[in-house]
Amino acid sequence: MSKRSLALRVGGAAGDGVSSTAESFAKISARSGLHTWTYSSYQSVIRGGHVWTQVRGGLDPLLSHGDDPDVVLCLNQQTMDVHQADVPEGGAIIYDVDSVKPDPTKIRKNVRLIGIALRKKAQTLSPNALMRNTVALGAAVQLFDMDFRHVESAFKDIWGDKKPEVAQQNLQAAKLGASAVVEMGGSLHLGLAYTNEAKYLMTGNEALCLGALAAGVKFLAQYPMTPASSILHWFASHGPKYGVVVKQVEDELSAMNMAVGAGFAGVRSMTATSGGGFSLMVEAIGQAGMTETPLVAVLVQRSGPSTGLPTKTEQGDLNLALGAGQGDWPRAILAPRHPEECFSLTAQAFNLAEIYQTPVIVISDLYLGEGFRTVEKLDFNVPIVRGMMAADGGTAKDFRRYQITESGVSPRALPGTKGFQFIGATDEHMENGELISDVLAGLPEFVEERRKMHEKRMRKLDGLRKDTPRPEIWGPKNADLTVILWGSTWGAAHEAILQVEEREGVKANTLEFPTIFPFHVEETLQLLRGVKQSLAVEGNYTGQFARLLRAETGYKPDHFYGRYDGEPFASRDIADKIVEVVA
Amino acid sequence: MKMEFEMDTYKSEIKPTWCPGCGDFAVLRALQTAIHALQLEPWNILIVSGIGCSSNLPHFLSTYGFHAIHGRALPVAEGAKLANPDLNVIVTGGDGDGYGIGVGHFIHAMRRNFDITYVVMNNQIYGLTTGQASPTSEKGMKTKSTPIEGVIENPIDPISLALASGATYVARTFSGDVKTMAELVKGGIEHKGFALIDCLSPCVTYNKVNTYDFFRERVYDLAKEGHDPTDMKAAFAKAMEWPAVQRERIPLGLFYRNKDLPTYEDLEISLRKGSPVRQSLGVEDPDELMAEFL
Ligand SMILES: Cc1ncc(C[n+]2csc(CCOP(=O)(O)OP(=O)(O)O)c2C)c(N)n1
Ligand code: SF4
Ligand SMILES: [Mg+2]
Repeated sequence: MSKRSLALRVGGAAGDGVSSTAESFAKISARSGLHTWTYSSYQSVIRGGHVWTQVRGGLDPLLSHGDDPDVVLCLNQQTMDVHQADVPEGGAIIYDVDSVKPDPTKIRKNVRLIGIALRKKAQTLSPNALMRNTVALGAAVQLFDMDFRHVESAFKDIWGDKKPEVAQQNLQAAKLGASAVVEMGGSLHLGLAYTNEAKYLMTGNEALCLGALAAGVKFLAQYPMTPASSILHWFASHGPKYGVVVKQVEDELSAMNMAVGAGFAGVRSMTATSGGGFSLMVEAIGQAGMTETPLVAVLVQRSGPSTGLPTKTEQGDLNLALGAGQGDWPRAILAPRHPEECFSLTAQAFNLAEIYQTPVIVISDLYLGEGFRTVEKLDFNVPIVRGMMAADGGTAKDFRRYQITESGVSPRALPGTKGFQFIGATDEHMENGELISDVLAGLPEFVEERRKMHEKRMRKLDGLRKDTPRPEIWGPKNADLTVILWGSTWGAAHEAILQVEEREGVKANTLEFPTIFPFHVEETLQLLRGVKQSLAVEGNYTGQFARLLRAETGYKPDHFYGRYDGEPFASRDIADKIVEVVA
Repeated sequence: MKMEFEMDTYKSEIKPTWCPGCGDFAVLRALQTAIHALQLEPWNILIVSGIGCSSNLPHFLSTYGFHAIHGRALPVAEGAKLANPDLNVIVTGGDGDGYGIGVGHFIHAMRRNFDITYVVMNNQIYGLTTGQASPTSEKGMKTKSTPIEGVIENPIDPISLALASGATYVARTFSGDVKTMAELVKGGIEHKGFALIDCLSPCVTYNKVNTYDFFRERVYDLAKEGHDPTDMKAAFAKAMEWPAVQRERIPLGLFYRNKDLPTYEDLEISLRKGSPVRQSLGVEDPDELMAEFL
């Protein structure tokens, strides 16, 4: 029987090289022409502990990192202990025969035990046995019948022109692993027909960086925090070529305030963080709302509360994004579902921020941000719309920076523009920027002025609502159950729906929200009309989105399935839940 | 020489709302005098402030301004300066704003040696919030928040903090002498690098200890006593005189200046292409970029 997908799970202790081994395999998979999807379960330690990464490759587009791996690659005993029972019939376990022992009572039928003297073989090439992972990787490639050309090219990428001898040695090491497999009975004969047409492979965070770059970002200030740090890393190495100022600053207060300063001065500006850092940014993001300063804030969620599980995923910061900052100010919150949307919604966020002169939050999560996925070629030809500028046609004499308009958007002037000087103030102000917060506050005329100014700002929500992507239904029309979701839950939910259709003939669909705020009330109500029964699925305890949905529309989902143990949703679990609810 | 910009050009139509006699009037006057003397184009000046009586200052001038939240003026200014290094960026604010809630940013801005001029109106009290202790309040000072035994903490000394943190122009002035203050502010703006001008600027309403008279009786001019501002060790020694050791003699003037160090903007790789605000947007070589992911 030929399969349409494969999965490799690499496990070991932190410091064993799990992620580099898995990343190499992901590359090989993508270059073999497979749609590829990875998930790393790692811990907040530099050495020790137990970490593993699953790489799944498929002939058809994937929706998740999958369930059971065909092959587990054990870099230590713990990996064997934890994962040996997960390998299905027809699969294999690769391990160092000299240091790792399988437990036959736990292993399923017809699972091949590929015990290789990994360390010893590696030592034949270099005394420190650094390449034992590579020997194991070669074994995996052989088990999956993949083309060794991709191994060679992956190593070339890593060591490149600088250390060709290292690349060459590693290739030899991989070949040692491969021949061991040949000696032990050859490949698994999964029968996947590789096209060997390479696909683009990137993380959600990388796609987001590319989206920002395509939109013309020129400033990024950030303070390291998992799982947003890779955004800082990517820009630190790539930004200067494109004239992007990239700064690691003293804290997230500074990161957001610098982004505000840069946005005020007229560049496309952004910051990125996770929940803890975002908590420090709330006063300053409200400042951008009040001063009508454009910027993009990226919030890559991890498990909270507080420091939480730094390396685990969750969708628990929606309330934080919705409520960030004192008082009401207009904001948009966009929630990409997959890397393509990390790219496109981030690019769009910059336009919205400048057109409406207010912060736009892009909310993603660890599972999406850090996992590698293959993507179609991204289209960098994104529209760039910079919004209303006073100097385009307006005269300095009539200029009022906070002019009250129907759209709520006022002409903007950038420092350096002759004659249009004004003060952007975080205190409440008049159309010209003059304060009404101190000696004028409470005077009848200024009570009215304050009301008008506040309404002007808030009117921008109407435009933002018009310009943001609408909620949408995916799947069959007359479904028995509708899964309500946002963000990265998308993939596992789609896969679950396909599974229940095939397994049990259950017809389910989804209602999903690329825009969280401003809420598309009318469109949502319309889509809800066709919903027979609903299940809200999100990665938090309280159903933060479900509550928003109810607040905005009065609609209460019939069932709620929350996950908050740090792991991403598995399609199997959502499928079971769907079946349970429909039955 | 005929000047292009009159003194009044720099004044806005908004009248200060400070209490009569507030030291901040002198600082406003000094700043206006300095930018006038330098004939800076008002549209190429950005004045950023935080929150406090002192932080209202940008409204009274006709330049660009950003009246930020409490304590965050410096990072806002740093972001603006990086986005458009051609701007003359000046930061104004109070002791609470800069040495209290914003002290972390203060230290980091100085170690970066941004080409920014920071004018602090140090009244050793929280004025706007009606008279609580500030980080520069003298030990023992009774305030609304220390009514029984007075302040029990040691005051922050912004001068030695600035020297230790890498500021390259460090001065202290007094609102009782606008002329010298204007000269020192002017020197700070001209200086390439981070300039701190700590202005002893009495709050006549809430600080009844550190009054104009208090300072007049105690201040002396560093320059007149032969202090060499290129000597960092001597600068530290002078900084240590007050408030750390005694309160009878208070040195004023330029403690330290180092003209030889590169600014942050000089070192920032992305600025070598020119001012980011003038760069074209988007990516010209998307295929090359995408190829990295293949
Ligand atoms: C986050 C925050 N905390 C507290 C305040 C209240 N507050 C406004 S001004 C100020 C102190 C101002 O003192 P200082 O900076 O010395 O300015 P001064 O009024 O003395 O010139 C405080 C605590 C605020 N606006 N924001
Ligand atoms: S309260 Fe003090 S600092 Fe504020 S304006 Fe009055 S005198 Fe100046
Ligand atoms: Mg003060």
